Amino acid sequence: MAAVPKRGKRPSGVQLAEWRDGWLFALPFLLGVLIFWLGPMLYSLFLITQNWDMLSAPKFVGLGNIRRLLEDPLVEKTLSNTAYYTFIGVPLQLLVALLLALGLNQNIRGRSIYRTIFYLPAITPAIASAVVWNQIFNVDFGVLNNILRSVGLPGVKWLFDPNIAKPAFILMSLWAIGPQMVIFLAGLQNIPAELLEAAEMDGASAWQRFWAVSLPLLSPVLFFNLVIGIIGSFQVFTNAFVMTNGGPQNSTLFMVLYVYLNGFRYFRMGYAATLAWLLFWIIMFFTFLQFRLSGRWVYYEGKL
Amino acid sequence: MTATAKSSLPETAAIKSPRLTRRARTLLGHGALHVLLIIWGITFLIPLLWVLTTSLKTPGQVFIVPVQWIPKTPRWSNYREIFEILPLTSFIRNSLFVTAMGTLGSVFSSLLVGYSLARLRWPGRDAVFTLLVATMMLPGIVTLIPTFILFKYLGWLDTFLPLFVPSWFGVPFYIFLMRQFMIGLPYELEEAARIDGASSLRILAQIIVPLSGPAIAAVAIFATLAHYNDFMGPLIYLSTNDKFTLALGLFWYQGRYGNFWHLVMAASTVAITPVLILFFIAQRHFVRGIALTGLAGR
Repeated sequence: MAAVPKRGKRPSGVQLAEWRDGWLFALPFLLGVLIFWLGPMLYSLFLITQNWDMLSAPKFVGLGNIRRLLEDPLVEKTLSNTAYYTFIGVPLQLLVALLLALGLNQNIRGRSIYRTIFYLPAITPAIASAVVWNQIFNVDFGVLNNILRSVGLPGVKWLFDPNIAKPAFILMSLWAIGPQMVIFLAGLQNIPAELLEAAEMDGASAWQRFWAVSLPLLSPVLFFNLVIGIIGSFQVFTNAFVMTNGGPQNSTLFMVLYVYLNGFRYFRMGYAATLAWLLFWIIMFFTFLQFRLSGRWVYYEGKL
Repeated sequence: MTATAKSSLPETAAIKSPRLTRRARTLLGHGALHVLLIIWGITFLIPLLWVLTTSLKTPGQVFIVPVQWIPKTPRWSNYREIFEILPLTSFIRNSLFVTAMGTLGSVFSSLLVGYSLARLRWPGRDAVFTLLVATMMLPGIVTLIPTFILFKYLGWLDTFLPLFVPSWFGVPFYIFLMRQFMIGLPYELEEAARIDGASSLRILAQIIVPLSGPAIAAVAIFATLAHYNDFMGPLIYLSTNDKFTLALGLFWYQGRYGNFWHLVMAASTVAITPVLILFFIAQRHFVRGIALTGLAGR
């Protein structure tokens, strides 16, 4: 890696030109952070103190939006819905992705065909998959109940049952785990074959090789998938918006959907911004927590 | 060293028979694995197959139980009908425009910023890189409302600008991918060009870009998919019908005519097909790009 110039020495003309170019080329990103991150975040802090329907002038309400948030029974509901979807969904997604990756990591024929099939759902436009799954979950004519009935099982009410709707969304999310699978696969292929061979020669079973060799070496990849997965899952929107609109009985009212509804349907910009900040801090908390805990289980080569 | 010594052990005659059983075991294992993967694969394909088959049915056939997986007489006219009912050509044109502009911006900005972070030496660079990684992890939801107000203030509502202009300022994920790739390129050519007095822009354009094909392809593909599949953006910013992208058009259509499953599925097929084609053409780059960013932790 290129070294940053030493301090104390007066930079030469060539160096100065490189400094200038460095800053200049990075400028789009820096401006982008200012315009699309920092500015909006500051403005959003200001919005917390306002009631604004975007038609009349904004009104200062002080801590009114925060008080409202604390008293809003739907906030607790959306938080528990979102936590359910995330903390049950993400581990299952990673498990399915890891199992598929382990299967595809074997030296079998047609690996790339399998990989393609498992990856396809992930590139299907979110709106298209929402439309399709809406019909798949259909109680009377959907393909799922069709299959259940053909093997003699009773049909399920899927998105119409408040107890099943969230598990149904989790089931649907297991369909789109292609990227996680490919990341696991890349991680598995990075594991030195000698290590596994050595373990095998020492009499380690397949399970022991996985548990004692592959998994520790895979832990950074697992950590990456976990962090990104939780950030993404907390912000689930399209499926609930298109398929259930939060129902039945608010059982699929997730945080981002609630932010959207408040902002763009009820035109409570101040309250929507307040809700978004709540979700922001929750996600930041869990991201931070994972980084703190990662030292205990994530193994980086060269470090012990 | 010890590993190689050990792996050559089975070559000795003494332990030849366990090797045979091991081979048989592998074959058996592979057979079982194939069966498992095929069942799993079919499960994954069912939703997509179902879209396709439903899009070729008559309204009556759609609701026959059990499902007819291959319609006896495929009704291709569903597709003509969907183009007549919906301004699909306009949706497609809008999607193509937004996708092209967004992808161009993503590639352009990630090349520029990625190059700066990977190859140029300047004070503050490490701090900017830390900022980049931090923005990759920030939940975007917090900017949803204020950014909307910003674009409203700029008079950009119901235009395509909010959908692609931000990409020209750089998407952290793509910059990161580009930087990770460029940092691994050899320095000799660049050093030589610099000694010859070439400017940074010239080095980027004539030396780095030609070497960065795989990373450019990966960013281009990710950006294409992201802009083409984007749903929330068009939903929030576009309001008149003739501005709708395919994603928003499909949503709008299913909201009104959701009961015509055969037509909804035909429209879905039209929306899905381009990304499938793109994927089949560029599969290799996808996998490489994902691996490149996914292995960030290592």
